[in-house]
Amino acid sequence: MTAGDRPEQPATPSPIEDRVREIAADNALSLGYSFDELELRVPRDAVAELCGALKSDPDLNFTYLRCLSVVDWQDELEVVYHLASLNHPHRLVIKTRAPMEDPWVPTTIGVWRGADWHEREGHDLFGLEFRGHPDLSPLLLYDGFEGFPGRKSYHIPEQVTFYGD
Amino acid sequence: MATDAGMTASVSRDPMTEQAELRINMGPQHPATHGVFRMVLTLDGERIVDVTPHIGYLHRGSERLAEGENFQQITTLFDRLDYVANFNNEWVYVRAVEKAMGVEVPPRAEHIRLILSELNRIASHLLFYGTYGLDIGAMNPVMIGFRDRERIQHIFEGVTGARMMHNYFRIGGVKEDLPDGFTPAVRALLDQLRSGYEEARATLTESEIFIERTAGVGAIPPDDLLDYGVTGPVLRAAGIDYDVRKADPYSIYEELDFRAPTGQHGDCYDRYMVRMLEIEQSIAIVDQALTRLPDGPVMGRVPRIIRPPQGDVYVHGENPRGDLGVYLVSSGGTVTPYRLKIRGPSFCNLMALADMVRGMYLADATVILGSLDIILGEVDR
Amino acid sequence: MTLLDLITIAVIVFVLFNGVLTVVLGVIWAERKALARLQQRVGPSRTGPSGILQTAADAVKLMLKEDVRPGSVNRLIFYLAPLLIFTPIFMLWMVLPFSSGLILSDLDIGLFYVVAILGLSVVGHVLAGWASNNKYALLGSARNAAQLISYELPLVFAVLAVGLLAQTATDRPFSLAGIVEAQGGVPYLLIMPLGFALFLVGALAETARIPFDIPHAEEEIVGGAFVEYSGIRWGVFFLTEYAGLATMAFLAAILFLGGWNGPFSDQFPPLQPLYLILKISAIILLVFWIRAPLPRLRIDQLMAFAWKLAIPASLVNLVVVATVVYAQQRNDWELWLAGGIISVVSIALAVVTGFIIQRRREQRLNQFRQRWAQ
Repeated sequence: MTAGDRPEQPATPSPIEDRVREIAADNALSLGYSFDELELRVPRDAVAELCGALKSDPDLNFTYLRCLSVVDWQDELEVVYHLASLNHPHRLVIKTRAPMEDPWVPTTIGVWRGADWHEREGHDLFGLEFRGHPDLSPLLLYDGFEGFPGRKSYHIPEQVTFYGD
Repeated sequence: MATDAGMTASVSRDPMTEQAELRINMGPQHPATHGVFRMVLTLDGERIVDVTPHIGYLHRGSERLAEGENFQQITTLFDRLDYVANFNNEWVYVRAVEKAMGVEVPPRAEHIRLILSELNRIASHLLFYGTYGLDIGAMNPVMIGFRDRERIQHIFEGVTGARMMHNYFRIGGVKEDLPDGFTPAVRALLDQLRSGYEEARATLTESEIFIERTAGVGAIPPDDLLDYGVTGPVLRAAGIDYDVRKADPYSIYEELDFRAPTGQHGDCYDRYMVRMLEIEQSIAIVDQALTRLPDGPVMGRVPRIIRPPQGDVYVHGENPRGDLGVYLVSSGGTVTPYRLKIRGPSFCNLMALADMVRGMYLADATVILGSLDIILGEVDR
Repeated sequence: MTLLDLITIAVIVFVLFNGVLTVVLGVIWAERKALARLQQRVGPSRTGPSGILQTAADAVKLMLKEDVRPGSVNRLIFYLAPLLIFTPIFMLWMVLPFSSGLILSDLDIGLFYVVAILGLSVVGHVLAGWASNNKYALLGSARNAAQLISYELPLVFAVLAVGLLAQTATDRPFSLAGIVEAQGGVPYLLIMPLGFALFLVGALAETARIPFDIPHAEEEIVGGAFVEYSGIRWGVFFLTEYAGLATMAFLAAILFLGGWNGPFSDQFPPLQPLYLILKISAIILLVFWIRAPLPRLRIDQLMAFAWKLAIPASLVNLVVVATVVYAQQRNDWELWLAGGIISVVSIALAVVTGFIIQRRREQRLNQFRQRWAQ
């Protein structure tokens, strides 16, 4: 294999593909592969319930939220959930998008408490509202910071004025 | 009397009959918060009623910075995340780019990476050993821990020229081959580490006061740990056998003979013991890897300009502190990543702190924080 | 009071004050050097031979440093507190005998005086903590008060037993010099090892040394009552701490190690201070040795140790000594019998309790060893 080529689909498809399709049902915008990871795209309204269902399903049991990332696609903000199960060798990527004009997705803090700081960070850096999150106060930035430094549109002001005196 | 001490303001009106809670601000400058971490403790006497952690004092915007740097340059940012386990960090990042590009790493480079990373794991755990002793008030452990860590740093300096910020792993291999005499030097080091380990065990592991201070402190149910996304020795101490090297093997870990130690109770003592036993295991891993260290090139076939195709990868590896993940989004054809998200194990482990500390004594707060072994460079990024 | 008297007093105070300070500087240097050796380090080595001037240099630095006073403190008490901590220690040195002929003030109730003055320093700590208007300082001083009150009891009971024992050999059993003279034959360490152990534990707690340095645990409350102090005011706290250690070692040497008694000390009095210094140094080194490897206790464990173990044990010690001494003085066989029975029962109780506690601890430790035996 030379650099630059990559498989669109792994040699063996994920054994949980059918089960995920079953649970996601009508909510799935698409179900495909990115490298060896199974990738599920869903509309933002459905993401919290879907995560809950995926976690509680005994065959999937996605108890471990590996990572929650926010990606700025200029016109849209994408939230990526990397899930894993500790008692099954399964992994899953869930992606959902929110338009830049109305940036919100439902919180998943009720599913995994570990989503807490990841979501606060997303709110901090990208201005994405995680609806239903109990405390979206600044985590990494100081109180009163203006702008969303994670976004592509953010440019560091020449003179940074710090909060307070 | 010039000023009336403002203390009265926070105490209820009749201090003889009413009880007041004391809110105490620990950090960001505090000797036991392991960097610029701040927690606001609400105390009832010596008991902790509640705790609010505050982070972000070391936020340098590494993720955003990475969007403006070449793929090769980003390794230096990873050195500065978890600054006591630099090799382990670099490794996860270069693996992410390699996966995105489909680069094969020559076996010798794999072995070099593994040896250095495992040595770095030992160094990190030795640092934990020393500072944990200090957190509990013992002075000797820090001397033992730092002495042995310094020996490891010496080897690192010989290989990379730097004690900490190595920038040695490259996409597709490592910067250059090992210096002459590396194998005998590491073998001698391993012998020293083994004898130092015995000394460390006698000093702290079997100390009665140490056991009394750590046993039964800071344990929360394993399910809660999972819920918070806690990984690494803290999770394994609670009996959940999740080690990325075993669960999702990368590099040549599958071919090596080692085990991931697990505890039962998930208290501070078990966390400490898991780390100590990991030192033993890492010594064994380095020993095996040295034996089978093959000859050959140390760089794979990599284009001069790194331009991964469009797409996103998530790669993770077992850091001394837990599961370090890198989410790399490439827009294709650019020399810089479109987005880089770092899932720091310390960041996630720290979320569980409030649950662990609640109801414990004030003195336990530093013991529990120490047992999480956080590095603020990675928490704040 | 004539002018000569005043001058004499002034000279004595000057000599004593500077003598104590010099001793303290030496003790600090010795601690740094001894700790370094126990930890495979070199310790101070640049200032003078073997770094012996290091602490003097540190003291000079502290004196030249700016004396920062936070705006929110209660100024009067803030400035008063270091003095209140500092003075009692020097008051103690007034009654400490250096040899059979070298005693500044040989009080008949020297023992009670010492015990009373020892308890005074807590006032300074509490005031310092309160006046600083800092929560860490407040916690530190509260911890200090609690600890001192708890450990005063076993300490005083152990000291009281010494006084009782001394009654058998001297008519001045509560004078420090009298106690030393009473130990001409056998030091009380050999007669009453439990008492010595309790005294040592109590002294460690009173001087807030590891494993009892809870009042200023740096990793928890960042130095306790002294957080807001800087410069020479902080230096005073620091010096007092080591002066306290030296005083405690002095007391231990006098009360339990036979003071200045040693081979040929009666025939050749100049040997006496030498023996005393040797014994004091031995105890100080023992304290340093304890410090190096041991972690710190938690406050509840500290309190449990005092009230569940140290105080009952010191009471047993006192009862046994009292009955034996009483019986021996009356020299009546019935009393001997009664004293014997009380002693045997007390000792048996202590042994059984100790045995049970030891068993439990062993079980607990074994539990931990087995956890990881796999």
